[in-house]
Amino acid sequence: MKLVHYWRAMWGIIWRELSRFVTQRERFISALVRPLVWLFVFAAGFRAALGLAITPPYETYILYEVYITPGLIGMIQLFNGMQSSLSMVYDREMGSMRILMVCPLPRWFLLLSKLLAGTGVSILQVYVFLAIAWFYDIQAPWQGYLWIMPALLLSGLMLGALGLLLSSFIKQLENFAGVMNFVIFPMFFMSTALYPLWKIKESSALLYHLAQYNPFSQAVELVRFALYGQFNSHALIYTFAAFVVFMVAAIIGYNPSKGMMMRKGGA
Amino acid sequence: MKKNILGLFLTAALAATVQAETVFVTLEKDNALAIVDPIAGKLIKTVEIGQRPRGISISPDNKYLYVAVSDDNTIKIIDADSLKETGKLPSGEDPETFALNPVGDKLYVSNEDDSQVTVIDIKRKKAAKQIKVGVEPEGIAVSPDNLWVASASETTNMVHWIDTKNNAIVENTLVDPRPRALSFTADSQQLWVTSEMAGTLMVLDVKTKQIIKTVRFDVQGITSDKIQPVGVVIDKDRKRGYVALGPANRVAVVNAQTFEVEKYLLVGQRVWNLAFSPDQKRLYTTNGTSNDISIIDLDSQTVIKSVGVGTYPWGVAVKP
Repeated sequence: MKLVHYWRAMWGIIWRELSRFVTQRERFISALVRPLVWLFVFAAGFRAALGLAITPPYETYILYEVYITPGLIGMIQLFNGMQSSLSMVYDREMGSMRILMVCPLPRWFLLLSKLLAGTGVSILQVYVFLAIAWFYDIQAPWQGYLWIMPALLLSGLMLGALGLLLSSFIKQLENFAGVMNFVIFPMFFMSTALYPLWKIKESSALLYHLAQYNPFSQAVELVRFALYGQFNSHALIYTFAAFVVFMVAAIIGYNPSKGMMMRKGGA
Repeated sequence: MKKNILGLFLTAALAATVQAETVFVTLEKDNALAIVDPIAGKLIKTVEIGQRPRGISISPDNKYLYVAVSDDNTIKIIDADSLKETGKLPSGEDPETFALNPVGDKLYVSNEDDSQVTVIDIKRKKAAKQIKVGVEPEGIAVSPDNLWVASASETTNMVHWIDTKNNAIVENTLVDPRPRALSFTADSQQLWVTSEMAGTLMVLDVKTKQIIKTVRFDVQGITSDKIQPVGVVIDKDRKRGYVALGPANRVAVVNAQTFEVEKYLLVGQRVWNLAFSPDQKRLYTTNGTSNDISIIDLDSQTVIKSVGVGTYPWGVAVKP
């Protein structure tokens, strides 16, 4: 296999995902509406609730909308990661997965390409969301919009890998509702996306620990710091480690001789 | 090219350090004065000053600070460089707010309990005159052309116009309940007065001494009883004025031409007094109950930092 083959395969997968995203206008709109509803409706109700303690990366008092924006970016990527995993299940049922998997390139490479494609889509969504938020007076320093790019890539890959791992467990499309209940919601609510850690600690020590060790929290914090031009090494290492763990598990999960595929009777 | 850019950057950085200014904040509960470097956004040090310091002003030559030390019943003169006390002024009892005239030779103090304004001759360190005003005088300001002293009495709800030539009240203007702070525009044509209880800002014409505009504040998500305007400042070009809204934790940005509120900036809790940087590119706010000051960048109209200073920051003065 030459490098050009790798490139051709990766580009093919990314292109397919992007064109699928662009042609499915409803998907694009719904991916945007979800965080925007949270921003305009949910956050507006809590407007004055925050602003007591200044925690990094913020250097002054902020409105609740400003606080949850990185959390909603995380939400976009979380849902996107799960959506990609949903599409994997769909591909498997439709048979297009088989075509992908018989490609002579290594399995990990194909999965990584799939992941990159999904992450690319989520980054597009995030930038559109941030542009709308800008007009809603949620403005970060301009450098933040550049720094956020690598952070989004890593957080998107991590959440995508989690989705990939989950998709290796799911037999049928109908089981996806379970993912919603058992993965997306707990991950989102038990994180720093909606409330800062000190606030969670005030109400429950257990929740505080769960939120602290939740990889989604770390991804959100990574994005939050990057948006304000700051570097959070703890969040970076944690998110990267989570990505590696999920990715390796997903690759094993998709291995027909070892993983979940065996139990499910192949792709 | 790279070197040039680096050189430019270094010059810019140097220029920034040269322009560095010092912000002095009185800490009512700590009995101290906080010294802040606003460019670095850091508290440099805190020095003991006396019992319950509140009002603070800097002399026009930037050499001396005047600090009303309420529970010591005096106004202290502090050397702005060494921070050593160089003298005291006979302020009368419980001084809180005072105003320095633009020449820097007279100080007008509100004596809340005695319902009077004391005129102090700074050179002689003596009270030159006591002027009877309404009940509980608080806010006080001297016009930049040095013709008028405006004193607001909280309970009488009046602005008293004192002619500086003979130190006598010439006229009174009835204003909204509990007027708190006042400030003249740089051209001495308008006087802006805040009413704590009505939650309004009134703009008075100095010639006619009548209210020409009343501005109301409405902050989304904040009940109207929390909107208690206090400190007010207007920029020298009379483009914008800034009003501290007390427990609403906001500074209102008011267009000084149309008198429309352009924006509300979120700062610390119970924002009290305001001061411009000498170049008027920044605004400093004292936030009473969150124990910090907020630094507002006026070009971008954003709050860039809040710096913890000590318990109950009250007044603020800036030295270039």
